[in-house]
Amino acid sequence: MTHAAHVRYDVAGGGPGRIAAELRAARMVWRREMLHFVRDRTGTLVALLQPLLFLFVLGVGLGRLFAGAGGGSAADYLTFLFPGVLVMAAQPAAISAGASIVWDRESGFLREMLVAPVGRGTLLVGKCVGGATVATCQGMVVLASAWLIHVPYRAGLFALLLAELALTALAMTVLGALIAVLIRRARTFTTVLSVLMTPLIFLSGLMFPVAAMPTWMSWLTLADPLTYAVDAMRRTIGGYEPARRSSSAGAALFEPVTWGGLRPTPVVELAVVAAFTVLALVLAARRFSRSG
Amino acid sequence: MFGLSQRSTVVPARTGAATGPAPEVPAILAVGVRKSYPGVEAVRGIDLTVAQGETFGFLGPNGAGKTTTIAMLCTLALPTAGRIEIAGHDTRTAPGRVRRDLGLVFQETTLDGDLTAEENLRFHADLYSLPRAPLSARIDAMLDLVGLTARHDALVRTFSGGMRRRLEIARGLLHRPRVLFLDEPTIGLDPQARAQLWTHLDEVREREATTLFLTTHYLDEAERCDRIAIIDDGRIVAQGTPAVLKSVLGADRVELRTGDDAAAAATLRAAFGIEATVGPHGLNIQTEDGARLVPRLCAGLDVPVYEVTVTRPSLDDVFLHHTGHRIQSRSEPG
Repeated sequence: MTHAAHVRYDVAGGGPGRIAAELRAARMVWRREMLHFVRDRTGTLVALLQPLLFLFVLGVGLGRLFAGAGGGSAADYLTFLFPGVLVMAAQPAAISAGASIVWDRESGFLREMLVAPVGRGTLLVGKCVGGATVATCQGMVVLASAWLIHVPYRAGLFALLLAELALTALAMTVLGALIAVLIRRARTFTTVLSVLMTPLIFLSGLMFPVAAMPTWMSWLTLADPLTYAVDAMRRTIGGYEPARRSSSAGAALFEPVTWGGLRPTPVVELAVVAAFTVLALVLAARRFSRSG
Repeated sequence: MFGLSQRSTVVPARTGAATGPAPEVPAILAVGVRKSYPGVEAVRGIDLTVAQGETFGFLGPNGAGKTTTIAMLCTLALPTAGRIEIAGHDTRTAPGRVRRDLGLVFQETTLDGDLTAEENLRFHADLYSLPRAPLSARIDAMLDLVGLTARHDALVRTFSGGMRRRLEIARGLLHRPRVLFLDEPTIGLDPQARAQLWTHLDEVREREATTLFLTTHYLDEAERCDRIAIIDDGRIVAQGTPAVLKSVLGADRVELRTGDDAAAAATLRAAFGIEATVGPHGLNIQTEDGARLVPRLCAGLDVPVYEVTVTRPSLDDVFLHHTGHRIQSRSEPG
C-alpha cells in the first residue's frame, strides 16, 4: 500500500521560526482585509462622503458663523476643524475592523482562523492593522482636499499628519476589536460601538476647543485618547503655519490641551494614544484567547 | 516580504523516511474525557482509540454529546477531565502542535465567499505556515483531488453547496493533516453531490492515507467506516466494526405470508430444521442468510407462498438497540 510518506510541514516550536510563522499569518489576515476593501468599491466611496461633507458643508457654514461672530477668520475655523475631520474619515474603517470580527464569527470564517496553529493576538493584530491601513488610505483622500481650506501643501506636514492619523486609526480599530471580542451578537456590537465612538469623537475637541468647554465636559475630554490625537495633529499644523493667528480670538481656538498647568508636547500626546492602543490590544488578545 | 526561510525546519517533500509517529501510536486517543457545563454534564467519560489510516464513524442522536466531544478533540474546547492525544500530542499541553495535525470540515461553511478558491486555500496555507515553494503545485493538486480545478479563480460566492463542501475538504487536507474531522460531510447535499463527495473521500483515503473521523446521520456512510462508535447521553454505548455491531443483534429476519401458516411451520421444522414463530402477518424466521434461504423455501414448501420479506439488521436497528432512538435521517442541515 503506497502511503504518501507522511511528511510533516513542520515548524519547530518556539524560536525565530515561530515568530516568522506568526508574522506570516498576521500578514495574510491583513491581506484579506485589504482584498475586501479593494473589492468593495461602493462601500469605500460612500464612506468617504461623510467627512468630506462634514468639512465642506458643515465646516464652511460653521466657519462663516464663527467669523461673523468675530471669533476669527472662517479659514481659521476650518483649519481648526481639519484634524477632527481626518479622524472622522478614519472612523468607518476603524469600526469595520471590529465589525469584520463579528461578521466572521457569524459567517463561520472565524472558526477557520481559531483552529489554526496561530496565536489569537496575531489574528487581532492582522485585523487591526488592516483596518488602520484602510482608514489611513481614506484619510489620504481627505488630506488631498486640504488645499481647499488653505492648509499648506508641505510634504513634511503631510507625512507627519499621515503618521499621526495612522496611529489614531490603529487606536480606533483596536478599540473596535476589543468590543467585538467582548460582544458576541452582531446587532449589539454595532449599537455599542456607535454609542461609544460618537462621544469619543465629539468629545475630542473636534468642533470646539477644550478651553471652551464647561469643566465637567473638559474632564471627560481629558480622559478621551482621541483628544490627544486631534490636539497633536492641530499643533503639527500650527507648527507649519505660525503666521495664521489672525486675531486673539482665533488664538483661543488653538489653545492646546493642558493637564492642570502642564502642557504636554505633541510627542507625549502621541505616546498617550500609543499606550491606549497597546493596552486595549493586550486586553482584547487575552479575552480572545479565552473565548474566541 | 519578511524573507522567511523555512529550509532549516522543514522536511523536504520526497524523502523516503516517514516522519510520523510509529504506526502503533493511535491517530486519536481519548481517555476518560468529561465535559461539564454549569448544571449540565454533556460528556460523561469517553474512551476512544482510532488507529492511523482508519475511517471512524461517530454516531449519536442530537444532544448526545457528539458536538462537544468533537470540539474537545479538535481543541476548540477544553475537557473538564481526561486526556486527549492526537498522533501522540496532548491537546492540553501542545494545542498548536495538535492543530497542525488536524484538518477540519465543519457542518457550516467556513469559507470566505468574497475570495476565490485559490485565495481561500492560500489563506489557509499562510495560517499553517506551509512552505512557499511547493505551494502553488500543492494547491493545484488539492483542487484536482476534489474536482475543482476549473474553479481555481472563481469567487466562492458562486459555488454550489456541494462545491463548497469539496473546497473545504481540499482546504482541510492542504497541510497534510494526520486526522481529518468531517462533521456531517454530506448533509444538505443532493444524492449526486453526495456520491461525488464520497468518490473524492475514497481517493483521499487511498492517496493521502489520512485518518478520517466523521459524524453522520446516514447509515450508508456509517457502513463505509472501518469502525464506528455510538454515543448517547454523553457516553459511548457501542463501538466496533459495523459488521460486528450488526452481528450482535443477530440474524436476518424473514417474513412469510403463506396459504397455510401452520402447515408451513411444520414443514419448516421437519424438512429445514428451522423454528418459525407465527406472527400476525405471517411466519417469522431468524436465520443467518435470509436471501439464500428464500429460494429454497419457495421451492421446498408445498403451500402457496404469497409474500416474502427479508430484513437485514441495519445500523438503525443497532442504534435503536443501544440508544432507544432511531437515527434520524435529516435532509436539511440542522
